Amino acid sequence: MTALASIRNLTVTYRREGAEVAALRHISFDVAAGERLAIIGESGSGKSTLALAIAGLLPATAKIGGAIEWQMTEFRSSHAKDRQSFLVLNSLPLRGRDIGFVFQDPSASLDPVMPIGKQIAEVARTHLGLDWRHAYARAKILLERVRLPDPDAALRAFPHQLSGGQKQRVAIAAAIAAGPKLLIADEATSALDTIVQAEIVGLIRRLVSEDGMTLLFISHDIGLAAELAERIAVFRHGELLELGATAQVISAPRHAYTRALLDANLGLDAEPLLQRT
Amino acid sequence: MTSPLLAVSGLTKRYSSGGKIIAAADDVSFHIEHGETLALAGPSGSGKSTIARLILRLIEADAGRIEFEGSDFLSLNGAALRDRRAHLQMVFQDPLAALNPRATVARVLDDPLRIHHIASRAERPRRIVALLERVGLSAGLAGRAIHEISGGQRQRVAIARAIATKPSLVVLDEAVSALDVSVRAQILRLLLDLQREERIAYLFISHDLGVVRAIAHRIAILDGGRIAESGDARTVIDAPQSAIGKALVAAAPKLSRIERDAS
Repeated sequence: MTALASIRNLTVTYRREGAEVAALRHISFDVAAGERLAIIGESGSGKSTLALAIAGLLPATAKIGGAIEWQMTEFRSSHAKDRQSFLVLNSLPLRGRDIGFVFQDPSASLDPVMPIGKQIAEVARTHLGLDWRHAYARAKILLERVRLPDPDAALRAFPHQLSGGQKQRVAIAAAIAAGPKLLIADEATSALDTIVQAEIVGLIRRLVSEDGMTLLFISHDIGLAAELAERIAVFRHGELLELGATAQVISAPRHAYTRALLDANLGLDAEPLLQRT
Repeated sequence: MTSPLLAVSGLTKRYSSGGKIIAAADDVSFHIEHGETLALAGPSGSGKSTIARLILRLIEADAGRIEFEGSDFLSLNGAALRDRRAHLQMVFQDPLAALNPRATVARVLDDPLRIHHIASRAERPRRIVALLERVGLSAGLAGRAIHEISGGQRQRVAIARAIATKPSLVVLDEAVSALDVSVRAQILRLLLDLQREERIAYLFISHDLGVVRAIAHRIAILDGGRIAESGDARTVIDAPQSAIGKALVAAAPKLSRIERDAS
């Protein structure tokens, strides 16, 4: 297993009302190149802080300890000095180009007054150095790849003309426009209904496989994560409780909290709570 | 034979959108018995929330009839409507949006007790403490502001507010959808306890068939404003007949699939 990123003793602290609050405490694990890894946790588990830390998107006020070491040799880079491992925490060159990020709310990540074709083309122009004509051509191909109906019309559409699921498809197209090595999806399907959620999960799975991307799937839903991920990491209160192959975590969890999460997960095969006479 | 608590027949609501007429609720009929949970399930835009709003008379129907506690609910007006509304409450998905974030918990619970003349000024503080205890919150929370407490606590306050007027029917519109799974399990148990002890009926609106299967007696699956199929919750979910029912079931994550693959 080649590590794409090695997270070493990562601690992230926020200042809140004068007090220091640790969002992540001494986290160490490897993200394997090409794997689909789920980060599972509830509110306050630190899962989104982890996603932001890996993407280099933490606010400047966050205090960061430890390191994230990248195997940079596979990254395309215009600067020779980038071709080595270094701390991503203090630098931003990967974001957008080498790491694509999909957030929960596509309405918040898309510009409401810019046609969606331009929003995707802009990513390709910025990171791949394409001119507008080629960037738009790439945007159209991406809209086809995320299965938006009528990509030609969609290029000129504004976000408000699309459904929630379609907006998330556009956000995914923009996230992968520069051909990132790593795709981070942070609760990317949580605001969608079950059917659209399953479609978006299927889309992410297909794109990750076609492009050979590594996937970090952040979710509160262990049942959903288990359908997509090869490995699952369970977080609680800023700590990594366990990390293992999906089948092992689901059928033989090592930690009582994971067991509790599985018990609270109400899948179609769960034991009903309603006692009927 | 007693009449059902709620009987909805031919309920229809149309909107015009971009020059087209869209039926958000199209000839919808169902009933709910005392102490029963009926789930309305369906994808986004299937009409679930429109039906909830029609029943609460937050919007007016174009056609149809709603009988609630034996009377023609759509013809009620003024004081008669206000009185009957005490028996029909609603809990929304986001309690921070539904409740005044700067109000104290005590204030949020005092309102329905005062407005519906349920308790005197002197008696209300005691009733508020009883309501808090009823939903598993400590009396010490009464003085805290809504924005200061956790999401799970807020949804308990919303439930306490809903049951303050001793309703016979509570509409739960995606009321557990935004909660962490462990908090969600606690809230579902609370709802079941309240139902068992006070015979409250629930209209449980959700897109999540797993949750519906866990707590509903019956289900009606909506598609494009119409009921595609209905029946016993577990029977329908375990073997759906309609296309939309099959699609919803196929889309729901199933842990046993992975456990089976592993063994």
